[in-house]
Amino acid sequence: MNKIVKKSQLSETVFRMAIAAPEIAVKRKAGQFAVIMTEEKGERIPLTIVDSDKNEGTVTIIFQVVGKTTMCLAAMEEGADLFAVLGPLGEPTEMEQFGTTVVVGGGVGIGVAYPIIKALKDAGNKVIAIIGARTKGILILEEDIKRICDRLIVTTDDGSYGVHGFVTDVLKDLIGSGEPIARVFAIGPVPMMKFLCEVTRPHNIKTIVSLNPIMVDATGMCGACRVSVGGETKFACVDGPEFDGHDVDFDLLISRLRMYCNEEEEARKGCRCHE
Amino acid sequence: MSKKEKNPRQGMPEQDPKVRRANFDEVPLGYSEELAVIEAGRCLQCKKPACTEGCPVDVDIPGFIKLILENDFVGAALRIKGTNSLPAICGRVCPQEAQCELRCVLGKKGEPVAVGRLERFAADYERQTGAVQVPEISASSGKRVAVVGSGPAGLTIAGDLVKWGHRVTLFEGLHKAGGVLIYGIPEFRLPKVIVDAEISYLEKMGVKLVTNAVIGRGKTVDDLLDEGFDAVFLGVGAGAPVFMDIPGENLSGIYSANEYLTRSNLMKAYRFPEYDTPIARGKNVAVLGAGNVTMDSARTALRLGAENVTVVYRRTEIEMPARAEEVHHAKEEGVQFKLLTNPVAYIGDENGWVKGMKCIRMELGEPDDSGRRRPVPIKGSEFVIDVDMVVVAIGTNANPVIPVTTPGLDTNKWGYIVADEETGKTSREGVYAGGDIVTGSATVILAMGAAKKAARAIDEYLRQKK
Repeated sequence: MNKIVKKSQLSETVFRMAIAAPEIAVKRKAGQFAVIMTEEKGERIPLTIVDSDKNEGTVTIIFQVVGKTTMCLAAMEEGADLFAVLGPLGEPTEMEQFGTTVVVGGGVGIGVAYPIIKALKDAGNKVIAIIGARTKGILILEEDIKRICDRLIVTTDDGSYGVHGFVTDVLKDLIGSGEPIARVFAIGPVPMMKFLCEVTRPHNIKTIVSLNPIMVDATGMCGACRVSVGGETKFACVDGPEFDGHDVDFDLLISRLRMYCNEEEEARKGCRCHE
Repeated sequence: MSKKEKNPRQGMPEQDPKVRRANFDEVPLGYSEELAVIEAGRCLQCKKPACTEGCPVDVDIPGFIKLILENDFVGAALRIKGTNSLPAICGRVCPQEAQCELRCVLGKKGEPVAVGRLERFAADYERQTGAVQVPEISASSGKRVAVVGSGPAGLTIAGDLVKWGHRVTLFEGLHKAGGVLIYGIPEFRLPKVIVDAEISYLEKMGVKLVTNAVIGRGKTVDDLLDEGFDAVFLGVGAGAPVFMDIPGENLSGIYSANEYLTRSNLMKAYRFPEYDTPIARGKNVAVLGAGNVTMDSARTALRLGAENVTVVYRRTEIEMPARAEEVHHAKEEGVQFKLLTNPVAYIGDENGWVKGMKCIRMELGEPDDSGRRRPVPIKGSEFVIDVDMVVVAIGTNANPVIPVTTPGLDTNKWGYIVADEETGKTSREGVYAGGDIVTGSATVILAMGAAKKAARAIDEYLRQKK
C-alpha cells in the first residue's frame, strides 16, 4: 500500500500529491512515469513522476481531473492508501549537455515538463521554459519552474496573464530572435505538441515530445499504447514515453485516445466517489 | 485387451452452449464423486504406467486414481501434489490428450482414462471441502531465493523451494499474482478463485509475495543479488505481443490478444462499469491465429455480445495448435472459422476505427521448419471482411526488460534467455530461468516442468553455497 503523504490543489482541476513509494523514489529518473490504481476495481493509469524525495521516500505526481479515476484520486485525502503504485516505468529522458534548450509545457503538461527542466539544469544546460495555459486561473507551477530555469516565459490563450497567445508563437519568436537552440522538449495537449513540432521542423531543431496514449499494464505486455514513430510501431510504455516529435504520427495518437470516449463518459457519470 | 470395457469414458457435465455463450462461468462443471469413481475404475493400474512417462511433472497417475477408486479423494489430491503443486489448474488447462492420456493403454483400442478430469476432481474436492493442509516445511536453510514472475513456473518453483526450507520472495509486475493464469486464461476456462487459492496456499507455506514489482525496471536482477538473495529464478514468461505489421494495424478496435484478455480477465472489463476498465464490444469480430489464446479471445468476444466471431487462420484445422477441446467448445458456442485465409491490410472509418479487413486466400505448399505445410497466398484472391473489432492472437515474444538490464545474461537470437534444459542454469551464476522466457510460448505444464528441474538445481546450488 502506498500512502498519500501530501495533497495540494494547484488549480480548479489540477492536484499535486506526494505518495509514499521509497523504492521508486530512489530509482526514478526524469521522463519516467508510474502506474496508479486507486482501488481494486479501478483502472491502471499512467502518471508522470514529477519529483521525488529520497529521504522522505516519496514521489510527486500532478494530475488533472478528466475521468472517473482522476476524480476518485482527487477525492482521496492525505493518509489514504492507493491500491497500487508501480514504477518507475518507461525510458528516462535522454540527458546530456546540449547547450541551450527550450522546454515547453502546456496545461497539465507543465507538470511533466518540470522534471525535465530540473534534469536539464543538473546536466549543465541553459533552460528557457515556456509554459502556457488557457487562462491565468489554471496556470500551474509558475513559481516552481521560475526557481529552476534560466528564463521563463508565460503565455495565456486569453491574455489574462503573461504573453497573450500560444506557446507556439513564443517559440517561433524565440527561434526568430537568433537564440541558438540545441533541443526543444514539448509536453502538453497533443495538438500543441503537433503544432510545436511543425514550428521546429523547418529549423531542424530536434524536438522531444512525451506521449500519453492509453495504457493497460504499461510494461510492454499489451500494446494498447502503440504509437507510430517514423513509420514504425512503438510501445510508448517501454520504448517511450518520449520520442522525436518530428517522427510521431500525432493524428493516430489523437484517434486512439478517443477509443473509449463513450465508456469514459459512462464511467464518469456513474462515479460516486465524491458523494 | 480383448475384453469389452464395462464402462465407457465418463463425460463431464457442461454448461449448455447457448447459455454459456452469454456468461463467464466455467464451462465444464466437473465430475461428481460417483462419476469420478466410475472413471477411476477404468484405469488398468499398469505396472509400468506409460501415462506418468507422458507427464512433464511425473504425477503418480495410477496411484492417485487408485485412491479415488477407494473413495480417498483427499489422499488422491495429496498424491498428485507430491509432484504437481497446481493440480486444480493442470486438471483444467493441461493438454492431456498430447501427454498422459495419449500414452494411456486404453487409448490404443478405445478411449483413454480421463486423467485430467480425475485430477481436477481430486483437487477441487480437496479445496472445496476445506481439506487443504500446509505441508511439512523442512528446517530453514537460511538461504533466500527471489522468484521473478508469478505465473505457472514461478508458482511451482516457489512452492518447492519454500517446502525445502528456503526463504522465497515472489515478485510480480502486475497488481495481482498468477501471471498468465490471471491475465490470460479466461474465467470460463479457469476460475480465478482457484488461482487465488493456490497463491494463498503458497503464502501460508511462507512465500513472501511482492506485487507491483517489475524487476528490471525498478530493482534489477543485480539489485536482488546485492540485497542478499542467494539465487534468482526468472519465470517472466513471453509477454510481448506479436503484431503482423500490416497497413492499418494501429486503427482503433484492433487489439493484441494480450491486451484484450488482460482487459477482460485481469481488469475485469467484462464487468464494466462495475469495474472501471472499458473494453470494446464489437459486433463483427475477427480473431487471428489458431492457438488456445485465439479460442479464448473468440469465446470472450461472444460473451461480450458479438453477433459474429470469426477465427481467421492461414492454414487448415489440422495444423491448428489449439487443443481440440477448445476448438470444439468454440464451435459449439457459435464461433465461425475462416481457414486458409490471411489478413493483408485493415480499412478504417472516418474516426480511425477499423471497419474492414482485407484478406487473401491461402493454399498449403511444402512443409516448413515446423513440419507443417507452409501456407502460400493465392494471387488475386483478395477479399474484404466487415469487422468492427479484431484480436491479433498469433503469438508472443520475449519481453526484453530483464535481458537488457542484466549484464552477462545470455539470450538467443529471438531474445529468449539461454538456460540449461535440465537445470535452468543461465550464463549468470546463481541465476536460473524456465518457462516461456526460455522456450518461447508453450504450455502451463511445460513451464511447471522446467520450474521443477530448476528447483532441484537451485536447491543443490544453495546447499553447496557457503
